[in-house]
Amino acid sequence: MARRYDSKTTIFSPEGRLYQVEYAMEAIGHAGTCLGILANDGIVLAAERRNTNKLLDDVFLSDKIYKIDEDMACCVAGITSDANVLTNELRAIAQRHTLQFGEPIPCEQLVMRLCDIKQAYTQYGGKRPFGVSILYMGWDRRHGYQLYQSDPSGNYSGWKATCIGNSSAAAVSILKQEYKEGETDLHHALLLALKVLSKTLDMNKLNAEKLELATLIRKDNKTEIVVLGVEEVNKLIEEHDKKEAEAEAAKQEKASGSGSGKSSDK
Amino acid sequence: MSHLQSIMVQKSDDDKMHQLSSNLIMAVSGEAGDTTQFAEYIAKNIQLYKMRNGYELTPSAAVHFTRHTLATHLRSREPYFVNLLMGGFDPDSNTSELYYMDYLAASVPVKYYAFGYGGMFTLAVMDKDYRPNMNVDEAYELLKKCANEIKRRFIINLPKFRVRVISKDGIKELPYVVAEGEAA
Repeated sequence: MARRYDSKTTIFSPEGRLYQVEYAMEAIGHAGTCLGILANDGIVLAAERRNTNKLLDDVFLSDKIYKIDEDMACCVAGITSDANVLTNELRAIAQRHTLQFGEPIPCEQLVMRLCDIKQAYTQYGGKRPFGVSILYMGWDRRHGYQLYQSDPSGNYSGWKATCIGNSSAAAVSILKQEYKEGETDLHHALLLALKVLSKTLDMNKLNAEKLELATLIRKDNKTEIVVLGVEEVNKLIEEHDKKEAEAEAAKQEKASGSGSGKSSDK
Repeated sequence: MSHLQSIMVQKSDDDKMHQLSSNLIMAVSGEAGDTTQFAEYIAKNIQLYKMRNGYELTPSAAVHFTRHTLATHLRSREPYFVNLLMGGFDPDSNTSELYYMDYLAASVPVKYYAFGYGGMFTLAVMDKDYRPNMNVDEAYELLKKCANEIKRRFIINLPKFRVRVISKDGIKELPYVVAEGEAA
């Protein structure tokens, strides 16, 4: 019987749930992790790259981070083919706005427009929802740097730091502890992103091949969106590893120091 | 402030300006019905934008939208025959802006302009006496000179002009400019 409510996107189950939408959210829980952190002087997006095969021709420098507009970029978690459709739509929405008003679309408006489309697929019959969550980073005149997240249900929200995809709950709880509001600059944000990813991704050591990092900053009244190259990522990883090692050493010293203090008491 | 119907003055206290948002005004001339219809359509859309998004369009975005709308209608079966001036103040960049737009949807930022027959006389006056660093009082005096010139040289009677100032404090009405002096 439960199947009756599974197969149609537009039908509520007796408990008042929309299973297809929940399944779509579930699918994203298995997708590669995406992370976004807002800094004082910019924004960072980080993504886990899953399909790294040495035979794969690397036509694209990045396959999960897309530039949408002069002032916006996004990072997707979920079904890649669905994501392609949505990023196309995002770019079209942004360009339509520029055509009509002669200036770039404000960030929240773009997110809202796309969410209207996502929402429609949870209500109108015969279609499955998009299996994609998106993190958007952007800048606009009114609100400065912004970070948004949107779900297959069509919900969206603004964040200072957040994560979608595989083990996002763990990542968000680390971010909650480590993120210092107002004290984070772009470099710190990049290191924090690496720290969170190194703790949540199931790999022993961070690997530039499996990461995508992008930053958005304002420079001379223009937005610069940069996808970091492998060398830069490696440099950051080195710095991160060094810092972690130092922190670990300090921790051990403290532990042994306090241990010896106690023993000398006796 | 004169509304003309053929060779008759139909109304002498007409208001040809439409307020689009808290710091944006559009003055429209052209085909009688089109002017109202077009100005209202633009005004309502700009208000709708404000309601949807919680903030107003910048003057330049509003002008772009108006030009885009006029341009799409131009090559359709129902073009609007309107010439207009849009004046606005952008509180974010703290600048005042004036835009010219004709019925062919050509839009240009200008320092001063006048449409219609009146423009033939007054543009010359403004070319001579306009300075970029004028204050409101000086600009008002220049408008008076323009009105006087129209009275002196133009065969048609255009006695009174409505004046509004758009600044960071919003929109304010100044006393009417009434033409003085003898007709030539």
